[in-house]
Amino acid sequence: MDFLSALINGLSSGGTYAIIALGYTMVYGIAKMLNFAHGDVIMVGGYTMFLTLMALGHPLVALAAATVFCVILGVTIERLAYRPLRGASPLAVLITAIGVSFLLQSLAQIIFGSSPKMLVQLQISGGITLGALSIDYSTLLTLAVTAVVMVVLSLFVKYSKTGRAMVAVSEDRDAALLMGVNTNAIIAITFAIGSALAAIAGYLMLCKAPSLSNTMGAMPGIKAFTAAVIGGIGSIPGAMLGGILLGVVESISYSVPALAPFTDAVEFSILILVLLVRPSGILGKMRREKV
Amino acid sequence: MADLKKNPFVAEDGREIVLKADHLCIQFGGLKAVDDVNLSIRRGELYGLIGPNGAGKTTVFNLLTGVYKPTSGRFFLCGKDLTGKAPAEINRCGIARTFQNIRLFGNLTVAENVMVGLGNQIPCSLFESMFRLPRHFKAEAEYRKKAMELLEVFHLAEYADHLAQNLPYGKQRKLEIARAMATNPTLLLLDEPAAGMNPNETQELMDVISFIRQRFGITILLIEHDMRLVSGICEQLTVLNFGTELAKGDTASVLNDPNVIKAYIGE
Repeated sequence: MDFLSALINGLSSGGTYAIIALGYTMVYGIAKMLNFAHGDVIMVGGYTMFLTLMALGHPLVALAAATVFCVILGVTIERLAYRPLRGASPLAVLITAIGVSFLLQSLAQIIFGSSPKMLVQLQISGGITLGALSIDYSTLLTLAVTAVVMVVLSLFVKYSKTGRAMVAVSEDRDAALLMGVNTNAIIAITFAIGSALAAIAGYLMLCKAPSLSNTMGAMPGIKAFTAAVIGGIGSIPGAMLGGILLGVVESISYSVPALAPFTDAVEFSILILVLLVRPSGILGKMRREKV
Repeated sequence: MADLKKNPFVAEDGREIVLKADHLCIQFGGLKAVDDVNLSIRRGELYGLIGPNGAGKTTVFNLLTGVYKPTSGRFFLCGKDLTGKAPAEINRCGIARTFQNIRLFGNLTVAENVMVGLGNQIPCSLFESMFRLPRHFKAEAEYRKKAMELLEVFHLAEYADHLAQNLPYGKQRKLEIARAMATNPTLLLLDEPAAGMNPNETQELMDVISFIRQRFGITILLIEHDMRLVSGICEQLTVLNFGTELAKGDTASVLNDPNVIKAYIGE
């Protein structure tokens, strides 16, 4: 039973990682850059929810406000910080992304202070009991939201004009441009989707643990990035798989007393192991150089 | 009645000039890659651009599709000045191209490649797609139908759901033309369509090109090294050498021009 409940909790936290990892992997696949500020968008979403809750009170209104604000933020970051660097060296873009990350964290600290805020209005307590197994409502909610996000996003990418244009841009940006695809718009849409997902992930995290600080996005961000790399960065199913795998490993490791203190180490070891066997991730494309 | 000022976009024989390029130049550092190239291509014409390797042919294509901005000179499609516009915009104005090295979207299916080319021709907003409103499904069905019609024309319909990267080489070339045609161009630029093809595939390609000219009435500008193909289907030629025009005119006279023979074969 312990194992089963660890598994269910793992699927749930893995779902949150997967939702964040989707933001990393889509931006990498389409804009060919690592957006290290992605985790901090979650945090900005959290503070947006905090402010909306103070003004209006309802958690769903707060979620909606956070989603809208994160989309605006994501698109603005892309427009101001990343688009001018299109065509610059990947290193310059990477460092810019890290800079944006520090900027967001520091701004939040200046505005809201460094002591954590409690968002008890968001917390969902209680759960259901099935025999010896008890599952929190927040866990069930996360599982349901993850499933919906994955299905909708997969259908969107596979069966819509914009989705096809996204794949086309990720395959060959110049060819897509010459086929009339507005690549700047497609990249902006990708950032918008990633940021909306970040807001949703932030909401799910705060339902479980309603403590909000300016660094709340950092660790989940790094773990989700790890998940995206494990799954094969650039691959959407890969991010989903990697996120869930990482969540399950984390939860099971946490439930074993001997491993519990080393949970983070266990998680990142999985990354090393996967990369040793499959350098491009589980579902990543293995490219063999043609000679 | 006094003569009206001559319209620059009508040829002497009264046919409309679809593409007019005036004094196109581009300079990379100290190198003039294309120097004073002039083109005027009439509606429905199949125009060839030939020349030795490195003569600047693909650079001309890159200028005409907005990949490079000309250092000086202008070009017009059906009288509309497209100089300096972005590639996606030029494509929407009616110039589509294929590539010297095949650049399909390998992990999309054959039908999806064409559907990307169809672009915004069927209205459906991002919002409608996201939330899967009725118009999304109508638009998707329409896209699929249009793509299949085009694939029928190119005899690729049976491969519609194969990944583009799994097609044989000759069919990939055809798919690239189909994808370019999907953007509904007035002028189609083909960059060495027969490169790497065997004689059978080249013949098949020539048939496809003649067929799309009849069916869509499209104007084509073509870069090619295969002289059999050039002399077989091109009506007019421009020969480039070191970025400048060496000769131009109808195919037979250009191919017999001693300067052209010298540039290709040497003295």
